[in-house]
Amino acid sequence: MTDKPILDDTSRAPVSQRGYVIEKSGMDDAIGGKVTINIDGKDIKIPLGTTILEAARSLGIRIPTLCYHEDLCVAGVCRICVVEVEGQRTLQAACGYPVTAPITVKTHTRRVRQARRHILDLMLSKHYGECYACFRNNNCELQTLAKEYGVDFFRFGHPEKPLYAVDRSSPSVIRDMNKCILCRRCVRTCIDLQEVGVLEGHGRGADVEIQTFMNKPLGEVICINCGQCINRCPTGALRANDPTDEVWAAIDNPDKHVVIQTAPSPRAAIGENFGLEPGTALTFELNTALRRCGFDRVFDTNFSADLTIIEEGTELLLRLYKALVEKDASIALPQFTSCSPGWVKFLEHFYPEYVPNLSSAKSPQQMFGALIKTYYAELNKIDPKDIVTVALMPCSAKKFECNRPEMCDSGYKDVDYGLTTRELAQMISETGIFLPDMPRSDFDDPFGTATGSGVIFGATGGVMEAALRSVYELVSGERIENIFEHADIIPVRGFQGVKYVELTLDKIGPVPDLLKPLVPNWDWLKGATVKLGVAHGTANAKRVMDDIKAGGKFSECHFIEFMACPGGCLGGGGQPIPTSPSIREARAKAIYAEDSVYEIRKSHENPAVLKVYNEFLREGPCGHKSHKLLHTSYIERGKYIS
Amino acid sequence: MLVTEQDRLRDDILAWGDAGGGSREALIPLLQRVQQKYGEISDFAMQVIADVLSIHPVEVQSVISFYHFLDLSARGKFIIRLCRTISCDIAGKDRLARQLENDLGISFGETTNDGMFTLEWANCIGMCDQGPAMLINEKVFTRVTPELVHNVLQACRASFGNIGLEGKEEL
Repeated sequence: MTDKPILDDTSRAPVSQRGYVIEKSGMDDAIGGKVTINIDGKDIKIPLGTTILEAARSLGIRIPTLCYHEDLCVAGVCRICVVEVEGQRTLQAACGYPVTAPITVKTHTRRVRQARRHILDLMLSKHYGECYACFRNNNCELQTLAKEYGVDFFRFGHPEKPLYAVDRSSPSVIRDMNKCILCRRCVRTCIDLQEVGVLEGHGRGADVEIQTFMNKPLGEVICINCGQCINRCPTGALRANDPTDEVWAAIDNPDKHVVIQTAPSPRAAIGENFGLEPGTALTFELNTALRRCGFDRVFDTNFSADLTIIEEGTELLLRLYKALVEKDASIALPQFTSCSPGWVKFLEHFYPEYVPNLSSAKSPQQMFGALIKTYYAELNKIDPKDIVTVALMPCSAKKFECNRPEMCDSGYKDVDYGLTTRELAQMISETGIFLPDMPRSDFDDPFGTATGSGVIFGATGGVMEAALRSVYELVSGERIENIFEHADIIPVRGFQGVKYVELTLDKIGPVPDLLKPLVPNWDWLKGATVKLGVAHGTANAKRVMDDIKAGGKFSECHFIEFMACPGGCLGGGGQPIPTSPSIREARAKAIYAEDSVYEIRKSHENPAVLKVYNEFLREGPCGHKSHKLLHTSYIERGKYIS
Repeated sequence: MLVTEQDRLRDDILAWGDAGGGSREALIPLLQRVQQKYGEISDFAMQVIADVLSIHPVEVQSVISFYHFLDLSARGKFIIRLCRTISCDIAGKDRLARQLENDLGISFGETTNDGMFTLEWANCIGMCDQGPAMLINEKVFTRVTPELVHNVLQACRASFGNIGLEGKEEL
C-alpha cells in the first residue's frame, strides 16, 4: 500500500468521478495489505479492495447476480446481489462493495431474501413473454433466479401485451425490448468492451429504455453486428437472426443440394450446448450429426481458410513488392485482414479513409461459397441454382456478410444462410441426436480435411500465425520449424489485447512455382524485417487504428490481424451463452490442441488447395479468376447517420 | 461564401468544444450553449459533439434525454415552466396554471401553433419563500399573480427573444 491513492486510469469516467484503485499488496501480513471479513459465519482473509461478491465466491457462497459480468465493469444497477452488512442501515450491492475494513456480512437473511424477491417481482412486472416461446428457455439468468427464489405468482402484475415492437431490421441481431430488464450489460458491452457505441439507456427513473441513436432500427445505425451483446444479455432481449426454418426447408426440398461448411470455432464450443465442459472439440462427431440432419455434403471452412492465407499472403507480398521495389506510393500499407466481418464494418464506419488497407481477399466463408457454386458445381455437374450453401459460423456478423450485395460473384448468392453455433445445436437437438455420442466421420471430398493453419483461424493471432508459417516458408524456402519449435508461433498467441512482433527474413530461397508469374525473385526481401500486429476486440482495434493515425509504431507495420470479438472467433457473437475469460481460454486450448495433431499444418501444403489452383484457378493466386471470385471491395460508410 | 446551417453549427461546436478542453467533462456546458443558441440539439449537433469529445452520439443523446432543460427538437421560443411543488401549490399555483392555459390556449406539455410558447410543469426551483414561482426561459418570476402572467405574456409576444423580458419582473 502506498500512501497516495492511485486514480483508476482504466475507467472512462471523468477524472473528477473516477474511483481510486486500492493497491492489492503482495505481502499478506503487511499492515493494511489484507483484511479478515466474516461472511455467513465464515472468516476469510482478502486483499483490501476485493468486493464482497468476489470474497463470497472464493468461499463458495453463491450470491445471485444479473447485471454483473466478468468481462464488464461493475454497474450495480440490478440490486439482486444485495447483502446485509452489519452496521449499515441499508442493504448493500455485493458486486460494488469493495472491502476496506473488517466487516460482517450476511447473505441470506429474511430482509435480503425479501428484497431479492421484490426485485425479481418488479422485473417480471415489465418482462413480457412466455418462457417456452423464448430461445433462452433453460439458459436464462432471469428464469433461473425466478426459480431459485420461488416466484410462483406475479406480485406486481405481468404484461399481457407486448410493450414494444420487435426490431428485426438488422440481418444479424434482433432486439426485443419487451424482455429487457435494464441490466445494461449490452450498453457496457457496446460502449466499454467494444467501443462501438450503439446502445445506451435513455430517459430517467422508471422511464429508462435502452435505445439506439435517435431510436433508429438496428439495421440503420452503426452496429457492426458482432453480437457480443447477445452473448452477455441475461435474458432473451437480444438474439441472432435465426434462419433455421429456411435451412430446414432447403433440406426437405429434394431438388436442392444442401451443402454446409463448418468453421473451427463452433466445433470447439458446440459441446457446451450439450452439457459438456468448455473446451471439448466435437469436429468429427459433428460431421456425422450434420449428415444425419440431412445435409448433402459437409465441408471444412478450413479449406478456404488455407485458400485465404494463400490469397491474402500473396496480396501482401505483391503490395510489398510494389511499394518497396516499384516505389509505388499509392500502395496502402499496413495491410489489414478482412476475415472478420464485424471488424470490416467497424473500419468502414469509423476509419473509412483506411478502407484501401483492407485485404481485398474475401473471408473464408465467402470464398468457400463462391467456390461451391462454381468449381464444385462444375465438378459434380450440379446446376448452381439448385445448390444451397449454409455456413456454420461462431458469428452473427457473418449473417450480415453473406447478405452484402458484393457477395454474389458466383452469379448467385455465394452463401445462402449463416448459422450460428447455437442455432445449429438447436437444429441437432430437434432431430433427437445427442451430439457427443455420434460416431466420428471425416469431411467430404473434394475439399477434404484441411490443415492446422485453418483451424487456428478461430483464435486471436491465428490468422497471423497461419500467414507467417506460409509466407516464411514460401519466401525463405526453409522450414518454419527451424525457427519456431513444432511450428508453434507462441509470440502471436494469447489473449493480450494488442500484440506486436517482428520477424527478420535472414534467408531467401527460390520463388515457388505458385508465385512465379507474380515476382521475379525474393532478393528485395533479403534481410528485411517484417513488422506485424495483432488486435482482438474492436476496442483494441481502435487503439491500434488511433496509433496508426498518429504515426505510431503500428503505422510502420506491414500486416495487422484484426478480429472484432474478444478472443477472436472463439468468443464470437454466435457462440454458446454464457461467455467469460475462462470459457474462451478453454475453447482456445481446444483449437490449438486440434492444430497440433494435424499432419499438414501449413496452408500452402494443403493438397486440396493446390488442386484448386491446378484445375480451376489456373492463373494462380491473385490471378484474374481468383480476383473475380475470391476478392471483393468495401464501402466507405462513415459514422454520421441522418 | 455560402455557409449552411450545418457548417455554422459545426464551427460553433468545434470552437466551444476546444474552449472546454475537448474532454467528456465539457459535455453539459457544450450542450447548454448549443441549446441556448439554436433552441434545440439536433441529430447532427449530437454527432458533431460526440466527435469533438471523443464519445459516442448515443451517449450524448442519453445525457440529453436525462435532463429536461435540454431538448432534442425545437420547442417554443419561450418555455414557461410553472413550479408545482408544495410551497408554490399552497401559494396558489392553480390559478396561474388556469391563467396560462387560458391566455395561451394550450395545456401543459404543449406548444402554441405559432411556435412562440411551450408550457410545462417544473419541480421545485428553489423559490419556495417567494411562491408561486415560474421560469420563462432562464428568467425567474416570483410572487406571480394572474395579472403579471398576462402582462409578461404580452411583453413576450411583443419581443423577439429574451431581451423582451429585461426589467419586466415588476410588470
